[in-house]
Amino acid sequence: MFSFRLKETVAFMSYRKYAMIFSALLMLAAVASLATNKLNFGLDFTGGTLIEVGFEQAADLETLRGVMTSNGYPEAKIQFYGSSRDVVIRLGLRDDVKAEMLGNQVLDILQENTGQNIDMRRIEFVGASVGDELAEQGGLAMLTALICILVYVAFRFEWRFAIGSVAALFHDVLLTLGLFSVLGLEFDLTVLAAILAVIGYSLNDTIVVSDRIRENFRKLRTGTAEEIINISLTQTLSRTFITSLTTLLVLAALFFWGGALIHGFATALLFGVFVGTYSSIYVASSVALTLGISKEDLIPEVIEKEGADQEEMMP
Amino acid sequence: MLNKYPLWKTLMVAFIVALGALYATPNLYGEAPAVQVSGLRGVEADAATLDQVKAQLEQNNIAYDNIALDKGQILTRFKDTESQLKARDILDDHLGKQYSVALNLTPNTPDWLASIGGAPMKLGLDLSGGVSFLMEVNMKEAMAKAKAGLVGEFRNDLRNEKIRYRSVKEDGDNIVVIFRKVEDLQAAESLLEKRYRDLVLTTDEDELLIKASMTEQKQKEIREYALQQNITIIRNRVNELGVAEPLVQRQGKKHIVIELPGVQDTAKAKEILNATATIEFRLVDTEGDLTSALNGRVPASSILLTDRDGKPSLLKKRIMLTGDHITDAKSGFDEYSRPQVNISLDSAGGSKMSNGTKNNIGKPMATVFIEYKATDKKDAEGNIIFEKVEEIISIATIQARLGKTFRITGAGSQAEAHNLALLLRAGALIAPITIVEERTVGPTLGAENVQLGFKAIMLGFAFVFAFMMFYYRAFGVVANLALGANLVLIVGVMSMIPGATLTLPGMAGIVLTVGMAVDANVLIFERIREEIREGKSIQQAIHQGYEAAFSTIIDANITTLIAALILFAVGTGPVKGFAVTLSIGIITSMFTSVVASRAVVNAVWGGKRLEKLSI
Repeated sequence: MFSFRLKETVAFMSYRKYAMIFSALLMLAAVASLATNKLNFGLDFTGGTLIEVGFEQAADLETLRGVMTSNGYPEAKIQFYGSSRDVVIRLGLRDDVKAEMLGNQVLDILQENTGQNIDMRRIEFVGASVGDELAEQGGLAMLTALICILVYVAFRFEWRFAIGSVAALFHDVLLTLGLFSVLGLEFDLTVLAAILAVIGYSLNDTIVVSDRIRENFRKLRTGTAEEIINISLTQTLSRTFITSLTTLLVLAALFFWGGALIHGFATALLFGVFVGTYSSIYVASSVALTLGISKEDLIPEVIEKEGADQEEMMP
Repeated sequence: MLNKYPLWKTLMVAFIVALGALYATPNLYGEAPAVQVSGLRGVEADAATLDQVKAQLEQNNIAYDNIALDKGQILTRFKDTESQLKARDILDDHLGKQYSVALNLTPNTPDWLASIGGAPMKLGLDLSGGVSFLMEVNMKEAMAKAKAGLVGEFRNDLRNEKIRYRSVKEDGDNIVVIFRKVEDLQAAESLLEKRYRDLVLTTDEDELLIKASMTEQKQKEIREYALQQNITIIRNRVNELGVAEPLVQRQGKKHIVIELPGVQDTAKAKEILNATATIEFRLVDTEGDLTSALNGRVPASSILLTDRDGKPSLLKKRIMLTGDHITDAKSGFDEYSRPQVNISLDSAGGSKMSNGTKNNIGKPMATVFIEYKATDKKDAEGNIIFEKVEEIISIATIQARLGKTFRITGAGSQAEAHNLALLLRAGALIAPITIVEERTVGPTLGAENVQLGFKAIMLGFAFVFAFMMFYYRAFGVVANLALGANLVLIVGVMSMIPGATLTLPGMAGIVLTVGMAVDANVLIFERIREEIREGKSIQQAIHQGYEAAFSTIIDANITTLIAALILFAVGTGPVKGFAVTLSIGIITSMFTSVVASRAVVNAVWGGKRLEKLSI
């Protein structure tokens, strides 16, 4: 029987100081990068026009830039997208041209000037006001999700766990945003969806661990809080590994074979699953422990077990 | 303890999975190219049209598989796209302007399946190709229009009751009526109070004025009405495009989503959608002095407008009727073979017209065409400023008191009459709209997305399958069965829910569910292993494994479900597509990995004395 199971209890929590310093440093780095590099917001948020075209033969970007410049679009950003025959052209919002007609115009210009048969693959136009609304909505969604989760976990478990799991979520989201900022990857709507999925995944992981900690607090008669958390983490470690592994496997499939459109989504989730796994071990439990979780907090106040009332009668 | 599983649970699992599989099957049949003929503007395709279509197709030797009339639409299926395209062109030429002929893809779902509601999943535009627009209704303009309308109504009411007033005008968000005498003010107050219960009136007897403002409720009603009215009109316009299965839907407080599957000519689509035209009828001011008006002395109750050729006319300020009351307009000829336009109004419009014309027989009435053109200027909030362009398109003499139907003559040529009818029919938008978002996906990219998404799902599936078999042996097979059932259920549920659409992020959601769905089984299996290690009997271990892991699974999944539901509630486009499959996936995976996998485990291992377990 092959197994990831560890025979001995690992003293996870004895390293928690280092882990917390490590996490704090990473989070600081993420904040610093977000403050200086900012996020490379995609069309969904900034507004503007994006045109993706497919050429019959490999396209020459310099020629295309020349064509666009000579037709009054010197600011156009032109890039390959997935292959050398697929090209993406990005245009910012302009006041002088009717924005919603821009896509068709550019398509005509390219068709006329390149001599190649062009396959229109997609045109996207987003107005200025939409992006702001979206950013607002996205932020609001994230906040609502965090609050709902906080309430649910506090209700089902204990407030220290709730704070621990929300801290873990915050940690994961911040680091994923940081990664996108450091690498300058485009942040669009699908990435936002991925980040919310990271919240879901990370939470799933954290709950499984918290659940085991709660169970062990009730079941094991001896041991300090730290020991019990260590035992619980060791017991759930194999499941954490396996689930992360299967999820990473399918995400890898999405990353390598899912196509260019879904690349950002897969990147965010791949990274998110990594940090989510780490944070459920170190961030959530460490925070709960630091906040002073104890046996008493998790033992139900009214014990309705048989014999519980008889103990008092015994001499 | 021999670990029994109740029979009814096993049967329920079998039933649900079979049902899911049944509703998932339409996806295997694929789709056939078809042509859809539907009536425009209230006309419905009927048996006669069906015969006409059949005759045309037979006359031109176009073979078809199947033709059917359903709910005023005729759907003809073809073997290949070549005959489909040929048929479209021929029918488009021969059926006339009252029908729209659109290309369509119709599911090949067998009749017995279709009759119990079986249909394949709807594909989003990113997978099928097509264009989607997000339109924003200019609510400021809608409010301004409503206020202007109220000013007119106030004047009318006061005049009808013979209450003398000095002026009625807009003042910011309010309407202010100024009087000369206190008695007039008091009379007006009791009149207006009775008639306009949804307005807040404040009187100032010293200043001799009444200030009327709209309640929050009234303002909300106006906005709702503007949105609904615009949706109706856009629906009409979209129908003119001849697109199969278009979608026009409100989104939030001021947005309208339009999806046109298969449309490639986005320029034409935009032109038609963007035509923010409206019509107004006004009396011509025959007493006013046109020459002095041209020199800048326009009478207070009149406005100066020009027609297409630049010829000016003085018109009464009061609007007799706005175009949103028009239900139909057709061009034709009168008894002297002169071109005319026949107009039908709704009942409110009919009584307005009747009141407006009864004392004005023999007088000229102007039809004014109003267009809102987007300028490159923006206001402080970043909204595009619209310029109102007004133009007289016809001046006709009122022959008799007009009612719900009337005609306009003097439109010039037949072509002009036809044009006017078209403009009137296109409907008047209550408030101008702008395209704030547009996404067009070409058919090749759509097909590529389907292919890539499918490949990613299959590969991800294969990886997980292989790993689970390797790690959990026989129990791995059970987990894989549960995973397969999960996929079938997701597809089945997606096909059953009318509003669910599969998008590329939705496919990503399925992939993610595949990865995460095994989590529940991993939790259970790890528990069983633990229990065995602790020395429990095999049957006890299985039982304990499922029992103990259950609450963990519920907790873990409910929190993920919360996240997915919030995504669904606030998300749009790709986010929503992802949320749909993720939510469905979470629910079905809980069922398959807890209930269904247990049913299989107990069917194979339950009730026996086992020494060893392949886990």
